Amino acid sequence: MSGLRAIETTVNGRRYRRSVEPRLLLSDFLRQELGLTGTHVGCEHGVCGACTVLVDGHSVRACLMFAIQCDGAAIETVEGLGTPASLSPLQESFRANHGLQCGFCTPGILMTCVDLLRKHPTASREEIREGLSGNLCRCTGYEHIVAAVEALIRREGGQE
Amino acid sequence: MNEHPPLLADRADTVARDRRPRRVGSRVKRFEDPRLLSGRGSFTDDKAPPHALHVAFRRSDQSHARIVDIDTGAAAEMPGVVAVFTAEDLGDIAPVRATSRMKNYHATSLFPLARHKVRYVGEPVVAVVAESRYCAEDALEHLDVQYRPLPGVVDPEAAAEGDAPLLHEEAGTNVLVERVFARDDADAEMAAAAVRVGGRFRMRRKTPMAIEGRSYLAEYDGGRNLLTLTSSTQIPGIIRDLLAELLDVPAHGIRVVAPDVGGGFGGKGSLYQEELLVALLARRLDQPVRWTSDRLEDLISTSQAFDEIVTAELGVDAEGRLLALTAEVLGDIGAYSIYPWTGALEPVQVASFLPGPYRLQAYRGRTRAVCTSKAPTGPYRGVGRPISTFVIERLIDMAARRLGLDPAEMRRRNLVAPDEFPYRTASGIVWDQSCFTESLEAALDGVRYGELRAMQAKARAEGRLYGIGIASYAELTGIGTRISAAPGMPINTGTEQSTIRLDSTGSVTAAFGVASHGQGLETTLAQVVADELGCDINDVRIVQGDSAAVAHGTGTYASRSAVLGGGAATLASRDLKAKILRVAAFVLDAPVEELEAYDGQISRTGTNRSLSFKDIARAVYVDVGRLPPDLREEMQSTRVYDPFVGTATSATHICTLEIDPRTYKVTLDRFFVAEDCGRIINPMIVDGQVQGAVAQGIGAALFEEVVYDGEGQILTASLADYVVPTAANVPAVEIVHLEASSPQTLGGFRGMGEGGTIGAPAAIANALADALSHLDVDINELPVTPERLFRLIENAKAEET
Repeated sequence: MSGLRAIETTVNGRRYRRSVEPRLLLSDFLRQELGLTGTHVGCEHGVCGACTVLVDGHSVRACLMFAIQCDGAAIETVEGLGTPASLSPLQESFRANHGLQCGFCTPGILMTCVDLLRKHPTASREEIREGLSGNLCRCTGYEHIVAAVEALIRREGGQE
Repeated sequence: MNEHPPLLADRADTVARDRRPRRVGSRVKRFEDPRLLSGRGSFTDDKAPPHALHVAFRRSDQSHARIVDIDTGAAAEMPGVVAVFTAEDLGDIAPVRATSRMKNYHATSLFPLARHKVRYVGEPVVAVVAESRYCAEDALEHLDVQYRPLPGVVDPEAAAEGDAPLLHEEAGTNVLVERVFARDDADAEMAAAAVRVGGRFRMRRKTPMAIEGRSYLAEYDGGRNLLTLTSSTQIPGIIRDLLAELLDVPAHGIRVVAPDVGGGFGGKGSLYQEELLVALLARRLDQPVRWTSDRLEDLISTSQAFDEIVTAELGVDAEGRLLALTAEVLGDIGAYSIYPWTGALEPVQVASFLPGPYRLQAYRGRTRAVCTSKAPTGPYRGVGRPISTFVIERLIDMAARRLGLDPAEMRRRNLVAPDEFPYRTASGIVWDQSCFTESLEAALDGVRYGELRAMQAKARAEGRLYGIGIASYAELTGIGTRISAAPGMPINTGTEQSTIRLDSTGSVTAAFGVASHGQGLETTLAQVVADELGCDINDVRIVQGDSAAVAHGTGTYASRSAVLGGGAATLASRDLKAKILRVAAFVLDAPVEELEAYDGQISRTGTNRSLSFKDIARAVYVDVGRLPPDLREEMQSTRVYDPFVGTATSATHICTLEIDPRTYKVTLDRFFVAEDCGRIINPMIVDGQVQGAVAQGIGAALFEEVVYDGEGQILTASLADYVVPTAANVPAVEIVHLEASSPQTLGGFRGMGEGGTIGAPAAIANALADALSHLDVDINELPVTPERLFRLIENAKAEET
């Protein structure tokens, strides 16, 4: 298509320089250019929230942004939260409360929760439900996700 | 019998001898979670082999049309495009046909790309293969496909008429199957009934809508003639066997791997054209070929479900006892009879499960499956039973209302009682004992039904539209070889096998033919193995979702994997344990009967002498002089489990809800489930399945509907138009587990993944009717969207005045 554009972004604290097509979606950039396949693509039209990442501290749908819009931005993805051997408190709470089944929507939900907890560390049950209403999960029926976030707020004061 | 003593005796014995905690029954945290939570899962689209080619499909924008001409020239010239394929380029491939031994059944022929004709909007017609997905999709715009429209086959009732235009000419009819279930003289009994209630019920079309779209990657190793298909499938074994047949290669030349799969709910439980094509093209192009659907493609081409019209009548005597049931079922199965299940899957189950968990002698149910020019339907969580339960539970409530009986009392009088099992239903299903009546009472107790009715009376006095709904149901789960998962299907869905081995380091690998896609089988099966083998659960690795793991296996569907996988795990673990104990007996110089294995240690009772599994492995495999040769056995066992008839799972759902009279929004207040799934392997996972399945039932009752217009164009091709429940729509489900008797399945497990979706639509429909009882509104069509509710209420008010 059109010519390549050079961009520089920071993803989970690491700096990347790439030349990309202007039309390249942020979700495809993360998955295909950087190999960060933890960010999942569920609908590509901004409804399901599976691709949610943080850009400069705010949750966004990576399928509704172009990579070049992130030139100079700091991006956080699920890979930055914790590792299998050392899960973050939020991830541990999801595991303890069975807040995931197939795990496909989970990365987007975790990133939404990170944003929610940073901005509303004492969110109520209703506020958690409201905060999650932009993320679709088809397996859990949401209740155990809400319980995971609630338990974390109770136990760790919302430190994700 | 000595090898496998009766279950209750076995368990009593275990409890008496060993009070140490067992893994089965515990909230073991899932082994899958660390990778899935940290973004280190491995879904099909995450795999990135170098030089993989991408396929994009030009899909039919016509409902029913003849393909007149396809011009691929301009697309083939596009930069990055490697090849363009139409059906003509694949002329040597045999069609896929879902055969059946059923009478009055017509199979359909499915090709990887539409040949001569298109039969639904979204059917793949042309495949463009390019170096990137972006290039492949660009090229689609440059294809020119000419159609000549054919007469519509959209309305199922019109399509079932004798003079309707045909979708599959070779079948000679659009009615692909017809079947009648009958016992006694239903008409005579009906005529004698004190009260007759009936209606025309409709459950609209829905789609499974897993969050991960379908995704396939085929890699061909020409040097070894080995094709590996990575697929977001629930049925790797079935796909492997079909590909072997179609490509005429031995099955060891094909491996189908389902890695992490992002939900299925039945939508990934059938063969797809794209799956077949990706496999064919990887061989033909000798290069990896991949395709991942976008959401539009998922909504228009993944197998859909329901879409049944049921005209039914129920006759009861003056005391409310069921006398007779008659039903006419018409299932709109869409364009093809899906492989391997056939289009009979849902319509036949609607008719066969319609008598429900009730004592009912006289029944006549006729079912027909009619093909129409819409996306094919296939298995979806609950299969048929969400509809049959909706219909019978509405009829029960309607009859109760006519008799002035409470809906709970009406069920109490008719549910099959504990002393009546096994009970053969009027359609021929045999229920083994399960908590039919107990679940009703437990649910009534759980919600404090009496207080709830009092509260409702108060709400009504305030003018609020507050309803309470009850639904009881039973389902067959974990079925074995006696009955097929789909009627007449020539595939064995009645067995699963497991191969369990102890390796030279003392760790345990257990391989299965089942394929987890969210159920947590890597955890629950490890729990079973740990208990039965006596090893440390952390030393167990479960291999599943890989057709190469076992000789035969089909996958995960129909609430079978805990029963069949758990049964196979139990048998193979016991075999292997016997071998391990023989070695331990020699090393410890103790009789086998005095040894026990627990948590990776084998000890002699009453002594402090013990061996680890690692010690055993070392003795067998490494220190070759330590054992006599005949004890150096193969530390592996493969066993097949067949539950034969399977078992019954049952539940009662009670929900309460309120209708906002200004917006027609329905808010669920409480949702209570009392269920009997037998012995529970992992309570945390069972609760998750119930909560999740109820959420899908809420979707089916209130939100989710695939809409085709009169021309066969699909109007719900985005998630803005196809509405699924969010966190704001689903209440916390209150759950009570019952276990009144032990089923005949090994381990005492009953399948339980689907039940929530079976009971919830009926409970919600009854609660809506209850909320509107002053208007005498029929709730006979689901989903009850705000628009439908508005029309129902307005029509009822108009009739009143």
